[in-house]
Amino acid sequence: MRYLLMLYADENAGAAIPPEQMAKAMEGMYAYQQALEKAGAFVSTSALGRTSDARTLRMSGGEIHNVDGAFINQGGTLKVEEGPYAEAREQFGGLFVIECEDMDAAVKWAARCPAAQWGPIEIRPVVHTSSAKEA
Amino acid sequence: MSDTARRAAERAARESYGRLLAFLAARTRDVAGAEDALAEAFASALTAWPEQGVPANPDAWLLTVARRRQTDAYRRNSTSRSGETHLTLMREELDDLAMTPEAIPDRRLALMFACAHPDIDPSLRSPLILQTILGLTAADIGAAFLIPAATMGQRLVRAKSRIAELGIAFEIPDTEDLPGRLDAVLEAIYAAYAKGWNDLVGETGGQLAEEAIWLGRLVASLLPASPEAKGMLALMLYSHARRVARRSPTGAYVPLDEQDTALWDMEAIEAAETLLRAASSAGPTGRCQLEAAIQSAHVVRRLTGTDNWPIIVKLYDILHAMTGSPVVLLNRAAALAETEGPAAALQSIAPLAEDKRMADYQPYWAVRGRLLAETGNREAAHEALTLAMGLSTDPAIRDWLEARRGELMAG
Amino acid sequence: MRYMMLIHHDETNIGDPAGQQALYAAWGAFNEALAKAEGAAPGERMQSPTQGKTVRTRNGETNVVDGPYSDAKEQLGGYFFIEAKDFDEAVKWAELCPASKYGTIEIRPIVQPDKNW
Repeated sequence: MRYLLMLYADENAGAAIPPEQMAKAMEGMYAYQQALEKAGAFVSTSALGRTSDARTLRMSGGEIHNVDGAFINQGGTLKVEEGPYAEAREQFGGLFVIECEDMDAAVKWAARCPAAQWGPIEIRPVVHTSSAKEA
Repeated sequence: MSDTARRAAERAARESYGRLLAFLAARTRDVAGAEDALAEAFASALTAWPEQGVPANPDAWLLTVARRRQTDAYRRNSTSRSGETHLTLMREELDDLAMTPEAIPDRRLALMFACAHPDIDPSLRSPLILQTILGLTAADIGAAFLIPAATMGQRLVRAKSRIAELGIAFEIPDTEDLPGRLDAVLEAIYAAYAKGWNDLVGETGGQLAEEAIWLGRLVASLLPASPEAKGMLALMLYSHARRVARRSPTGAYVPLDEQDTALWDMEAIEAAETLLRAASSAGPTGRCQLEAAIQSAHVVRRLTGTDNWPIIVKLYDILHAMTGSPVVLLNRAAALAETEGPAAALQSIAPLAEDKRMADYQPYWAVRGRLLAETGNREAAHEALTLAMGLSTDPAIRDWLEARRGELMAG
Repeated sequence: MRYMMLIHHDETNIGDPAGQQALYAAWGAFNEALAKAEGAAPGERMQSPTQGKTVRTRNGETNVVDGPYSDAKEQLGGYFFIEAKDFDEAVKWAELCPASKYGTIEIRPIVQPDKNW
């Protein structure tokens, strides 16, 4: 099974961490990635920029209708906003995609991630990975 | 209520809970039904006792109420004639007990054997024992085993239905089956202890370790002739005696050989020594006794400065011949490094490199990293220590490994 | 610049199997376009957020709860990566995405695209 580990953290608290401590935290993350790779569980990882640099596209107004089987918002317009989808105390700031046997194993991996010390990690089972080869 | 009185009341309630549950579930094999009936009985006590006063024999009172609930529920769910026979039997048993309330038999050991039955998923044996004997909630157990409360609840419910469906008997196995079946019970209790030990820093962890020791004492008292039960209790007490010394005042990890022995709990160590002596004189040597003997040797070395590494290696040899466990081989290697040097120790764990389970087994990489560093293989040591860091859930261990890795690169 | 496109949607909006079929067709076409684009990366589609768990460790204790981190009505349903010269170009990709018709797309720039942690 494939799982997405969504790493949440308080960005402002993160920005206030002194550089040498941050370097130590990143060493921990690097070691974690090495361990995932060695165990054959690593698929991919990304670190995201701050949410203040995000943009969000949202249909404004209108209603969602099923038109000939397709879901379409009728009467609304697509608006681009500054900032993230949702404001929260902790923000989605990075991810790991891992391959492991089951949810219990995924929880075990999440608990090993240094980021679990400074914020929650949401684990989501992946249904499907789309790629050029499949399309 | 004073703290002492409250603790006494809690202890009594705990004693009663497991005893009553084991007794209620023994005939029907319906653990979940017995839990419901007992919960209702405790709830009735909460309203009745303050008004009418605490009965002379609280356990008999609780049992009578619970039995009534149980028979009512049984009657609702059963229409068969055999069900009626069952009810009559239960009623008679209850009447007998009402006459001699102090005679409620202790069937907790039988209940533990049912929970650790070969047909029960090994990962659920420990949670089942914690719930049925101690009355811990699915939320508390789940927190210790990294399973969400709801999921743990569902798994426990399924395991209990399995006991009922398979008609797993609540009995103490025959002498010839006893050692193997007892190992499963002891393993389940030790698993609870190990969970608690691993996150001893946290509140839940410390409590779980104490609960496991309580269970260990219970089994040792219910099976006074079993050397292994004593061995396991001794093993837990040796570890527990060192719990405070494992962390510096700033929370840093302190390995065994650097611990301040003044922080060790000498009372627990003496209790462990007594148990181990009694176990060794009582009969065949089992796995727990060997592991306890190794802990005893570590204690002696630290307290007297005696170099007894050869004895420790020897004990690991016997343990490895008995179990063939890769974990034993790994621990043996750490001791072997002291007697024959790091190269021989590395050589001894070479077969583990082929073992897939080692890929995410943190202690393997930590030991391997240490041995590689001692043989001067810097690059490989760096990699192994990095992997050990990446597999740690405890930041104190991660920091300690990073410091070792730093020394390696500097030296 | 590398961007991550996060699709938030209310899974109860996805509707009946016929609707899903049409939706998959629209996604198929979009993924085809994505696959041909330089630097775009295949995305992942998530199972229902109710299948997820959230883990947090504090002071050596790990706490696991069922379900997603936030209790919002719309939850992450999938994501993909694109390479774009700026936000305007990234927004164009988001507009093409079928999810823009029934959900919300959050665009987040990626840190150090060539380097991991």
